[in-house]
Amino acid sequence: MSVETGGGPADGVVSEGSAGVRAAGRRRHVLDLDDFTRDEIAAVIDKTRAMKEVLHRDIKKAPALRGKTIVTMFYEPSTRTRVSFEQAGKVLSADVINVTGGGSSVEKGESLYNTALTIQAMSADVIVIRHPHSGAPHFLASRLGSSIINAGDGSHAHPTQALLDLFTIHSHTGSIEGLRVVIVGDLLHSRVARSNMWGLVRMGARVALCAPPTLIPSDFRDGSLRRPCHPFAGVEVETSIERALEGADVVMALRLQLERQRAGHIPSLREYSRTYGISGSRLKLARPGALVMHPGPMNEGVEIEPDVAHGARSVIEEQVTNGVALRMALLHSLAAQDRFEA
Amino acid sequence: MRKLLIKGGRVIDPGRGVDRVADVLVTDGVVRGLGSGIDPPEGSAVIDAAGMVVCPGFIDLHCHLREPGFEYKETISTGTLAAARGGFTTVCAMPNTSPAMDTRATVDFVTRTAKEQGSVRVLSIGCVTRGSMGKELAEMGELAEAGVIGFSDDGLPVSDSNLMRQALTYASAHGLPIIDHCEATGLSRDGVVSEGWVANHTGLRSVPRSAEDVMAARDISLAELTGGRLHIAHVSTAGAVRAVRDAKARGLNVTCEATPHHLTLTDRAVLGRHGGAAPGEFDPLTPAAYDTNSKVNPPLRGAEDVDELVRALAEGVVDVIATDHAPHGAVDKLCTFDEAAFGISGLETALGSVTSLVHAGKIGLSSLIERLTVGPARFLIDSSAAVDHRIGTLQDGAPADVTVFDPGAEWVVDPSEFASKGKNTPLDGATLRGRVTATVVGGEVRYAL
Repeated sequence: MSVETGGGPADGVVSEGSAGVRAAGRRRHVLDLDDFTRDEIAAVIDKTRAMKEVLHRDIKKAPALRGKTIVTMFYEPSTRTRVSFEQAGKVLSADVINVTGGGSSVEKGESLYNTALTIQAMSADVIVIRHPHSGAPHFLASRLGSSIINAGDGSHAHPTQALLDLFTIHSHTGSIEGLRVVIVGDLLHSRVARSNMWGLVRMGARVALCAPPTLIPSDFRDGSLRRPCHPFAGVEVETSIERALEGADVVMALRLQLERQRAGHIPSLREYSRTYGISGSRLKLARPGALVMHPGPMNEGVEIEPDVAHGARSVIEEQVTNGVALRMALLHSLAAQDRFEA
Repeated sequence: MRKLLIKGGRVIDPGRGVDRVADVLVTDGVVRGLGSGIDPPEGSAVIDAAGMVVCPGFIDLHCHLREPGFEYKETISTGTLAAARGGFTTVCAMPNTSPAMDTRATVDFVTRTAKEQGSVRVLSIGCVTRGSMGKELAEMGELAEAGVIGFSDDGLPVSDSNLMRQALTYASAHGLPIIDHCEATGLSRDGVVSEGWVANHTGLRSVPRSAEDVMAARDISLAELTGGRLHIAHVSTAGAVRAVRDAKARGLNVTCEATPHHLTLTDRAVLGRHGGAAPGEFDPLTPAAYDTNSKVNPPLRGAEDVDELVRALAEGVVDVIATDHAPHGAVDKLCTFDEAAFGISGLETALGSVTSLVHAGKIGLSSLIERLTVGPARFLIDSSAAVDHRIGTLQDGAPADVTVFDPGAEWVVDPSEFASKGKNTPLDGATLRGRVTATVVGGEVRYAL
């Protein structure tokens, strides 16, 4: 199994605007999926499958990234994403150093820039960053020599989550083209939704968004999506969960931040749950066998009922396992000198 | 007698309808007539203005000189040097210094420092409220005695509607305007870019246009109620423009200004200039995106707003082009977009930005110059008896504040060459067409390219 990232502008989606994300034809950073071509996503899916095999071995270790240093900088609480990157790096024999807000110089008020310079001075090959501010990974990518992976920035993007979601869907359906994928929840603030939209649309899925209108970006409600040149042209926006779920192949529920009630986006969690919660009866509107996904952590009983979250159609735990393999694939693509031989 | 002859330029003096090739003779800091083929009097300095436009010195009603308190961002010395390089001969300093200009002592300090160290004339704007805290009125009477030309809590709106009503009423006793930064903070909240696709794509928190529209409408209503003078700072939305147009049609005492950046840039500037070229609307983000130098309040808006603003400028609904020059230190912008300070260092790119509107045929050169000279001059003459009533023109006896510029000269913006300490411009690397070649203040050449 050997895969190179790339794919170039063959499908005409990624133009010169993405220069700087690549060097010498090779991807340097993973900032979002807006600059991934269809071929490149397909290649990542293939490579993730190969990595998953490594995870199923008795001795979960491959020497591919020996001598490489990966630094994770997490400025927001996270368990699954941080641990997943750490495990991915370690399985591939990289040295992994974790920096978090608490207990580091960040707590002393050191700026992101100065912290990053310090880390670069340790010659990190890859920096994985999660930050509450949108664009923090771009800030580092434009100023440091290391490869940057965005592990979630503000409300902007969470490309590794979206890629693992695409992989999870693909591993069940064999193809993403033509699938009806419904994303339900706080579309206004969700970095998971935004990155998934780029990936799903590029892979040919029919995407439908569903939320109360207060949690849908206004330019998704003003007719912009009818412009043929819009990258999300044709994406359906629906405020009725029943209409949205009809014929769905995949249902993706998003975490509802509990503070949205205070900010006036919704009257109450109760009403949200009653109107938009994914319940067993609502799921019957979807196609038989439709997949249920959630990026975690879940508010069970709010955006998703526990029996659905842990039910037969749920692939939520699988998403976590696939996360490690996907991150191995990306780390390998960015940092390894050689092709990966599985 | 000190003499200066500005020779052979295209003299555009919109206040008097002059647009012809002529020489301008200056004696002892005062304009002493236009003519053709004037021989340089003995001992006089000569500026060869052949091929150039010669016009009254530009007046900036809105800039931040940062002194006292934020000298690492700008000083009166560097800020006025930047003004001279931008063709401005008079600038009005906003009061959000530290301490704020809410007492006579601070205003006097600025006036004195400007006299000693300034390259151009400096007038001060006083606070509306003590410390610009929006709670109690500043001592406006004393500030008026100190010579302020208006009151503003710029950077912040006067949110309390009753306080705004009182401010407009109280200031009217001194004939002075309230200059309001129109932002309904309940709507703008912690937004950093304008609502729309750019905000959606970048995941940056957004500000709806209504945040400005609502406050402009409130202020206009209060101006009508009180009969006070209202000047709306840095208008940026089509809605606010419509409100001002309507207010003027109803004969209210309302004026407004627009900045070069709001007249020429859209929120697409947030996407950064990758390799010099601005990216397309729907292009993927590059590492150059989230350009903190494009972060400004009000935020850069969409193309429809810019079009409406430019139309209003051409119509005269926008009375004045003002820079809102807001210099910052590197550290204020070398951070994430959310953390970055609001503001653009604008004095040195103002002319080159707005001449693009002339090159695009959207406004005549004379009208453009009017908004940089006579427009703001009218504001100042209405505000202060101390301001020479001939300011903003080249009539005989006017103070010899003159700007010479080459409307067709192309140049590449390099912030490291700025006189301003603020290198924060989204135009780094951009090619502008239109460049100031000489600035004369009171007959003294304060800048020559």
